[in-house]
Amino acid sequence: MTIQEKINGAGTRPASLLPSGLTLNDHRNLILKRTEETGHYNGLETLEFKESDPIGYERIFSKLRAGLVNSREVAKKIAASPIVEQEGELCFTLYNVAGDCIATSTGIIIHVGTMGAAIKYMIQNNWESNPGINPGDMFTNNDCQIGNVHPCDIATIVPIFHEGNLIGWVGGVTHVIDVGAVGPGSMSNGQIQRFGDGVQITCRKTGVNDTPLRDWLHESQRNVRTPKYWILDEKTRIAGCHMIRDLVEETVREEGIEAYERFATEVIEDGRRGLVSRIKAMTIPGKIKTVAFVDVPYAHEDVAVPSPFAKVDTIMHAPCEITVKPDATWRLDFEGCSRWGWHTYNANPVAFTSGIWVMMTQSLVPTERINDGARYATEFRLPKGTWTNPDDRRTAHADAWHFLVSSWSSLWRGISRTYFGRGYLEEVNAGNSNPCNWLQGGGINQEGEIHAVNSFETAACGTGACAVKDGLNHAAAIWNPEGDMGDIEIWELAEPLLYMGRTIKTNTGGYGKYRGGLGFETLRMVWGSADWTMFFMGNGYMNSDWGLMGGYPAATGYRFEAHNTGLLERISEGKSLPLGKDRDPGQCELEKHLGSDAQVKRDKQCITTEAIFENGDLYLNYLRGGPGFGDPLDRDIADVENDLNQNFVLPAFAEKVYGVVISQDKDGAWSVDSEKTVLQRGNIRQARIARGTPTRQWMESERQRIIDKDASVQVQQMFASSFYLSERFLNEFKTFWDLPASWELKEEELGIPMFGAKHHMDLSELPDVHPVIMTEQ
Amino acid sequence: MSNFTKKQVSDLVKGSLDWDTLHMMLSMPKDKERYANYMSVLQDQVSWDDKIIMAFGPHLYLAETTADKSLVTKCSCGHDFGDYRSNWKLNALVYVRDDEEKMQEVYPKLMAPDTNWQVYREYYCPTCGVMHDIEAPTPWYPVIHDFQPDIPALFDWLDLPAPVNA
Repeated sequence: MTIQEKINGAGTRPASLLPSGLTLNDHRNLILKRTEETGHYNGLETLEFKESDPIGYERIFSKLRAGLVNSREVAKKIAASPIVEQEGELCFTLYNVAGDCIATSTGIIIHVGTMGAAIKYMIQNNWESNPGINPGDMFTNNDCQIGNVHPCDIATIVPIFHEGNLIGWVGGVTHVIDVGAVGPGSMSNGQIQRFGDGVQITCRKTGVNDTPLRDWLHESQRNVRTPKYWILDEKTRIAGCHMIRDLVEETVREEGIEAYERFATEVIEDGRRGLVSRIKAMTIPGKIKTVAFVDVPYAHEDVAVPSPFAKVDTIMHAPCEITVKPDATWRLDFEGCSRWGWHTYNANPVAFTSGIWVMMTQSLVPTERINDGARYATEFRLPKGTWTNPDDRRTAHADAWHFLVSSWSSLWRGISRTYFGRGYLEEVNAGNSNPCNWLQGGGINQEGEIHAVNSFETAACGTGACAVKDGLNHAAAIWNPEGDMGDIEIWELAEPLLYMGRTIKTNTGGYGKYRGGLGFETLRMVWGSADWTMFFMGNGYMNSDWGLMGGYPAATGYRFEAHNTGLLERISEGKSLPLGKDRDPGQCELEKHLGSDAQVKRDKQCITTEAIFENGDLYLNYLRGGPGFGDPLDRDIADVENDLNQNFVLPAFAEKVYGVVISQDKDGAWSVDSEKTVLQRGNIRQARIARGTPTRQWMESERQRIIDKDASVQVQQMFASSFYLSERFLNEFKTFWDLPASWELKEEELGIPMFGAKHHMDLSELPDVHPVIMTEQ
Repeated sequence: MSNFTKKQVSDLVKGSLDWDTLHMMLSMPKDKERYANYMSVLQDQVSWDDKIIMAFGPHLYLAETTADKSLVTKCSCGHDFGDYRSNWKLNALVYVRDDEEKMQEVYPKLMAPDTNWQVYREYYCPTCGVMHDIEAPTPWYPVIHDFQPDIPALFDWLDLPAPVNA
């Protein structure tokens, strides 16, 4: 059971907020101690309230849960940002006194844990004595070193009191459109340290007597590019929190404080038991090994960063060993991960442990009862010094999602093996797409105002294939259960970018017996801006998803941007225009409708930093597909025919990968010859046997490559980084490849900058700072 | 607790189950009988007699041999990959897509990984040529042993007697 590495000593405070007279820290420590000793949250070996009065228990749950959802739906109408109002990037969560989540709304439920971590930080660092915790207070947090995922998720936290005693907390979070980072946009990547990552607020008291403080309002708005969106987001959060506080007060009036407080504890033990029950009902005990990678191609000329030591190509490495135990709890061990880096994709343990529930609510815990109980049934190990748990307080986190969702794709694959093994095929998911590209940028927009954008079209990528059906096309993203690409008209209001076209992206879903869902592409033309920059943010040289049980990974990304296009002249002259369908990137279709002097960048460099875009310039926003399931040669012939006629797959790849024999009629409709296809598929299977090499034989040649140090610098850097941090990973590697005892690989021999590789200063080394640690490290 | 027939489980495996029933399978508590029905459906699909204990993939099983009750990883065609505790991939054929030309056999230009960063390893059955798995790691990456089930613990959960050699 993951609780807390170190139970802290008692704090001091003259007057308690609790009837027990304990400090908040002592109260929480007592819960942790009872939990550790018994294996049950707060020592609750029986659920007395639930068992003696199940209707009363359910009445409280239903009222709170419905109120949380309702508050979210009402509050989001206050926001003007499409990210919040269109995409639903907000959520509200109710906590007990100890900061453990009782219930949460719909939305970006990763914040079950992140806001809880902020509350725990305030508890552990004696906020009750200074700055004080009083009725009507508001606290704001977005500090990634406390547990926030990335700075753009701003949380407002409101304490809830009853007759002078603290009885809980409510938190509301919105993903704001800009936090004043070096680069514009909420998840920008030009900065490489925290000090360029935008404004970071550490559980600061920003309101008293239910009123935001004026210094906070003035300071915060001038620290971001988009103050109108900022302040409306703030009002959204405050309104939702206050609605929920009213709801809790009403519940206490109706049910009594004793019933409420018993509920607020039992529901977490209930949640813990719920996860254990589902693990036992759906999975198979044992060990699952899986891994994910992400390319960080920073050596390229189009990545401009402030420090030379960041100009290096690296690879994120996220191996995971999942152990499903006989007692139906589970452990996720990320031993072997690579080091944090000078980029904005670093994560922290809370982002990891909290974020995983976004995924698990879509399979393992598909209920409205997600709360901190699931965390208490899960052991996490995130080794210190890795990208999952940096040991240096300088790290940047603006796009932590880039690594997080990529590593989670492998968890889908891993846990799906157990669903499949015992027959729950309907739960299998080959993985999630790497949700990108993130179109971001800023400047002076079509309204003549300083502006920044982050297109959330990527909330509608292709999903992974299931074991019984194809993935959904342009439908969802792992991190946002609502899954919505947003209306073109709304994005055109929010961004100085006209849509030349928006269409499904051919060949993006991973092939398989069941195909991954396809992504889509939108071609945007800059229009009406005074000054404008944009950049790309996604995977290009690598995939993070793999495909499952013979299915292929989804397609990787590529970049298309065009400058000096001549489009404004072509429009006035009535000439043909690029309308958004880049069906086969090798055919360069879009270029056929540009002026002869157009400057085009079409390559695999899918991470860039700010580039100037003039009116009339083009940007292709390509949103990725999901991975496939099962051998493509098992795909139903009628489904391949449909893929061809829907423009989901190019004919050449239907023939080569799906092994179909096809023809096209005079109207352009494709058909598959089933008899010839059966023969062709048999031929392809024989061709596989002919070209395959016995694995052990191939391993001899690969072993020699390792001994010869024959691999790109970025591959070697990844291994060297993991070896340095993990002797276990190094030993397993050497054992697998049967390498000589003397074989070693160190970053020093690669001729690349090693700034930050050896010398660190952790947050915990700051005076009077007591980080909340809830994972093994 | 919901219950489903062997026919419904068979349709699930074939991918032809009607949406209403599939939705019920997704939304209702899991049926503990699924395991027995599933194994029975899988057994009907193969031509050999070894007893299927678990599925590792659409064509890959953990089976208990009739000869000596040993537990092996086995292809639907009957190919035996050896003891289930060892990694079946080491006894398969592998084809590595490690250059641009090989990658462009499966994805259009610019839509496959750069092989200086990542390769595809396709694992085939040496007898029938079915592709059981694709890995997408960096060069040098050890072959991954995806899943090592704890068979006695599973059978304890299922309230069934465990295979004698588990």
